[in-house]
Amino acid sequence: MTRRPTRLDKKFDILRERTERGTLKAASSNRALNKLASNKLAVLGLAFVTIMILASVFAPLVTQYDPQKVDLRMMLKPPSADHILGTDKIGRDVFARIIYGGRISILVGLGSALGAALIGVSIGAYTAYKGGWLDSTFLRISEVVMSFPQIILVLMLVTILGQSLMNLIIIFTLTGWGSLYRLTRAQMLSLREEEYVQALRAFGLNTFTICFKHILPNALGPIMVNITLSTAMFILQEAGLSFLGLGVPLNIPTWGNILNVAQDLRILQNYWWVWLPSAMTISLFVLAINFVGDGLRDTTDPTMQG
Amino acid sequence: MPSQEKILHIKGIKTHFPVRKGLLRTVAAHVKAVDGVDLEIYRGETLGLVGESGCGKTTLGKSIIQLVEAVSGQILYYEGEQTFDLLNLSPEEFKHIRQKIQIVFQDPHSSLNPAFTVFGSLQDPLKLYGVKTKAERRKIIGDLLEAVNMRREQMDNYPHEFSGGQRQRIGIARALCVNPEIVICDEAVSALDVSIQAQVLQLLQEIKEARGLTYIFITHDLSVVEYISDRVAVMYLGKIVELAESEALYRTPRHPYTQALLSAIPIADLDRKSERIVLEGDVPNPVSPPSGCAFHPRCPKFKSLSEPEKQHCMGESPQLSDATQLTQPHLVSCHYPN
Ligand SMILES: Nc1ncnc2c1ncn2[C@@H]1O[C@H](COP(=O)(O)OP(=O)(O)OP(=O)(O)O)[C@@H](O)[C@H]1O
Ligand code: SF4
Ligand SMILES: [Mg+2]
Repeated sequence: MTRRPTRLDKKFDILRERTERGTLKAASSNRALNKLASNKLAVLGLAFVTIMILASVFAPLVTQYDPQKVDLRMMLKPPSADHILGTDKIGRDVFARIIYGGRISILVGLGSALGAALIGVSIGAYTAYKGGWLDSTFLRISEVVMSFPQIILVLMLVTILGQSLMNLIIIFTLTGWGSLYRLTRAQMLSLREEEYVQALRAFGLNTFTICFKHILPNALGPIMVNITLSTAMFILQEAGLSFLGLGVPLNIPTWGNILNVAQDLRILQNYWWVWLPSAMTISLFVLAINFVGDGLRDTTDPTMQG
Repeated sequence: MPSQEKILHIKGIKTHFPVRKGLLRTVAAHVKAVDGVDLEIYRGETLGLVGESGCGKTTLGKSIIQLVEAVSGQILYYEGEQTFDLLNLSPEEFKHIRQKIQIVFQDPHSSLNPAFTVFGSLQDPLKLYGVKTKAERRKIIGDLLEAVNMRREQMDNYPHEFSGGQRQRIGIARALCVNPEIVICDEAVSALDVSIQAQVLQLLQEIKEARGLTYIFITHDLSVVEYISDRVAVMYLGKIVELAESEALYRTPRHPYTQALLSAIPIADLDRKSERIVLEGDVPNPVSPPSGCAFHPRCPKFKSLSEPEKQHCMGESPQLSDATQLTQPHLVSCHYPN
């Protein structure tokens, strides 16, 4: 078969002789991990968070005291060799309460963040991919939820649903999915224009497969960052609500519930060991999570990639 | 040589995008990206589609595979004795026909999913078209990679491990994985540097011959089109303004727009002497194209016309029709072709 030679043919003849250069060297796939490791604050934060989680999960190994056990002979004793953080006003060991309290506080924070992620990410990914009226409807709904002062919404729901651990997680999830929804939606709106998505559509693959299996993994970086930061935020909210006595029922130890006693001015002024360690635990833990989140953000932000 | 058997008939396709304005996001106007295109494509040919940026080439390609929705018109696909109306397929027909037309994209960076290996990206389409076992899928994908001059084992690599040329070849393999009849190559080599471009173009030619494919080759690079196409369609503002055998079009362009485009490519062979015609201004906004012949504000020929002729150009839109009456049709949409 003859084809009339064109001016590109000449060029190609020369080039044909050259074989293809070696392939690009494979980029380091654990670049993200290396980057995270080089961020000292993030590593420190991660270490602290891990220690706290392990300690509360294995609480019985860390302390021999029962956080619920009342000991009326040992009321409001300052820190000592027996009770390293002292005892509270009905003689319970403060250190044990903080360690066991971590279980609930972290559960509330992480559980609510994951719940919010489940709702926010699935709605955000699907509606943004579909676009049109579905997308605008959910955008409006999220605006309404987010423009309502969250604490009032939470208080209302606590009164309606009643006070329990599960209810608290549900309430935080329902009031807090907005930011994850917004984030996922924004990610999806840009990712759905990528050419590989168009190619998948040209095959006639169904929307769910394209949206959740093929596109979503590319948005996971920022979503993970947001989940860590939300965890910190929900831990703070739990503490705030419990301080007001509206969070987890007061008989269950949580960091917020321990703090609750500081409402009593006498305790606030004279018995610092009852509330200060718990307050500091909350602050440090939240700070540590934020460091981890920021570290993660730097590793997943393409503009920061070297 | 390509046959004269029609495989695709595009009839009066219009694709308009709404332009939304204001608080209520009401539709203020339409971008007439493709505005009435008629085109017949023959089995086994390569049809080049050229034109400046923004003239609607990509939109036409996407309308054909229904990645965007045409507002009117018809696309007929012929298979043996059967004719399928692509814009009105029944669900069963859709499943059967959908994969017959595939597309290769321009951007080697966004054309592969960074989160998946080549195998991971390609296996879902194969599953959809009934390749049940993983072993079979691995075999098909391995064969495809070899067909595009890559190694089978590379199916387990991620996109970031490939060079631009390799990614583009994977893009080609992906389009081929469901055995299409027509492949639309949208600027498939434009982003590559010229040595890689050559390899990919040759590969496309080989694959076409081996598999008896039909190509619609979209590009703004006229020398690439000349190299690869049997026929060339020139687009301007959503319409085809000239359509002819590649050789005839390059030898004797008849539409003033085509002449201007061709005069802008650097000439290697000295026996074709021509003045460089500089097109003034930018492509007009496709929201409100100029009256009559949409090219008239920039047309070099228009300036040399008499006043009544100018009125004709401005008042009436020219139809795409055969200008030469030779054996091979040479269609031009101009009142005063050369
Ligand atoms: N989804 C869309 N929504 C609105 N307008 C669009 C959309 N896609 C394309 N357009 C507009 O339609 C016109 C044609 O675009 P198209 O991408 O088809 O041009 P093209 O010929 O492929 O250009 P290029 O050579 O730059 O790729 C442009 O004016 C573009 O802005
Ligand atoms: S119809 Fe008139 S304005 Fe349009 S291209 Fe032909 S000569 Fe130019
Ligand atoms: Mg384009």
